[in-house]
Amino acid sequence: MAANEEVKLFVNGKRIDGRGADEMRAVRIEVGIIPEADGSAFIEWGGNKIVCGVYGPRECIPKHDASPYHAIVKCRYMMSPFASAEEHSKSGPSRRSTELSKVIREVFENLIISEKFPNTQIDVYIDVLQAEGGTRTASVTAAAVALANAGIPMKDMVSAVAIGKADGHILLDLGKLEDNFGESDTPVALSNRDKKILLLQMDGLLTKDEIKKVIEMAESACGKLHEKQADALKKFYEHGENEEFKL
Amino acid sequence: MGEELKDIIMSSIRRDILINTLNSGKRFDGRAFDEYRTIKVQFGAVTTAEGSARVSLGNTQVLVATKFDVLKPFADRPTEGVLMTNGELLPLASPSFEPGPPNEDSIEMARVVDRAIRSAECVDLDSFFIEEEKVLGLYVDIYVLNHDGNYTDAAAIAASAALLNTQVPKVEKGKILRGDYKGPLNPKPIPIATSFVKIGSHWLVDPSRDEELVAETKITIATTTDHVCAMQKGKGSLSKEELFSCMEIAFKRGNEIRKILME
Repeated sequence: MAANEEVKLFVNGKRIDGRGADEMRAVRIEVGIIPEADGSAFIEWGGNKIVCGVYGPRECIPKHDASPYHAIVKCRYMMSPFASAEEHSKSGPSRRSTELSKVIREVFENLIISEKFPNTQIDVYIDVLQAEGGTRTASVTAAAVALANAGIPMKDMVSAVAIGKADGHILLDLGKLEDNFGESDTPVALSNRDKKILLLQMDGLLTKDEIKKVIEMAESACGKLHEKQADALKKFYEHGENEEFKL
Repeated sequence: MGEELKDIIMSSIRRDILINTLNSGKRFDGRAFDEYRTIKVQFGAVTTAEGSARVSLGNTQVLVATKFDVLKPFADRPTEGVLMTNGELLPLASPSFEPGPPNEDSIEMARVVDRAIRSAECVDLDSFFIEEEKVLGLYVDIYVLNHDGNYTDAAAIAASAALLNTQVPKVEKGKILRGDYKGPLNPKPIPIATSFVKIGSHWLVDPSRDEELVAETKITIATTTDHVCAMQKGKGSLSKEELFSCMEIAFKRGNEIRKILME
């Protein structure tokens, strides 16, 4: 991704939306927003709005996908055609969404105690209603909460954030412009307890030292995100429903 | 997207032997843990393409061919050429590949190779501008011909080799003069992808098919001489210390493979 000379992304210690280098956008998590689902969550993360619904463990369809040893985790990440501030995009799966569905599924395959539910599947549906950069990491953060809400046993919780480089600075939680015109983008998902890397992708150019800094930044940000996830779950179970919910 | 039954049965029979062999410090094929299989490169394997290369890593074989076409640029980058990377896991290449539209594995492989090329900025897309609404589009097509593990690295090496082999066609009146060339593409710097799997406590470079089947964790790290230019974690999990030590090895192996390509 070539740096664009015309767009200045980091001036006098401030980013294009006024944030500091290690400042996250505002994050709001809501639980139980889809009563029909076994578990659900909504995340508003800056200009991102994402809903996630979890079904299962339930009968595996088609049957030949089933394993006699464990539950199969299926994940479908989709971007709505109206999610971008630019043109209406094609609905349905794209190469990008296929890849993201895979890497998000591979996060949860590490966490879900799937041996408990042989011959079943667990569906994680993620729909991006509004996008402003960092949808895959927001999706992972929301899906973890939805799985917890569905009562699916997991070894650990997970949260995720994208860290990038723009105008030569390492920046936490890349926004859309920073992603489009920045020099690098590294989404990272970390398990809460043992800080294992569960999702890691990267494009652009970074040195070894910069990557070390990226992982450290992710560790601190994921800690904060975990608190928000736990708070959202606690708030839901205090009331048992989420009738006041607004997108 | 489960592995085929015969893969599962094969791996459960061989699994214990493979792990025991690793525990005694060896791999099935006698390699060191951080060693690649023999790498062979055949440049210009397809003469109808503007550039091509066939790369083998042991028994794994991948062909990459490059073609140019005149295309409309993307609206947000009107003066830049277009780079498109596509991957095919041919059904003839493995009993576990099936005919059909690209699946998540072939899409992921192509997108990782695409990110490595794009991030390394080894192709000067600005030089592909022809006139308003017209730019050169460069197709990088990846054909996996035999899958014995780690087709991602083979694909990335073959893509770099094919780009090194690519001639840029002459353009006249907005049309490509086929067979008439301006000169070589000269990609720089050359990205190389290095994949790792973890089995038990062992980290292995360039996993064979057997090793991939048994592996708990997989990660691909693409490098240029002094930068990481793409990363993709596949299945499993790893600690940051493991990531950093993989990174060190990726740079070393990357430099060795770059040398092979430049010979």
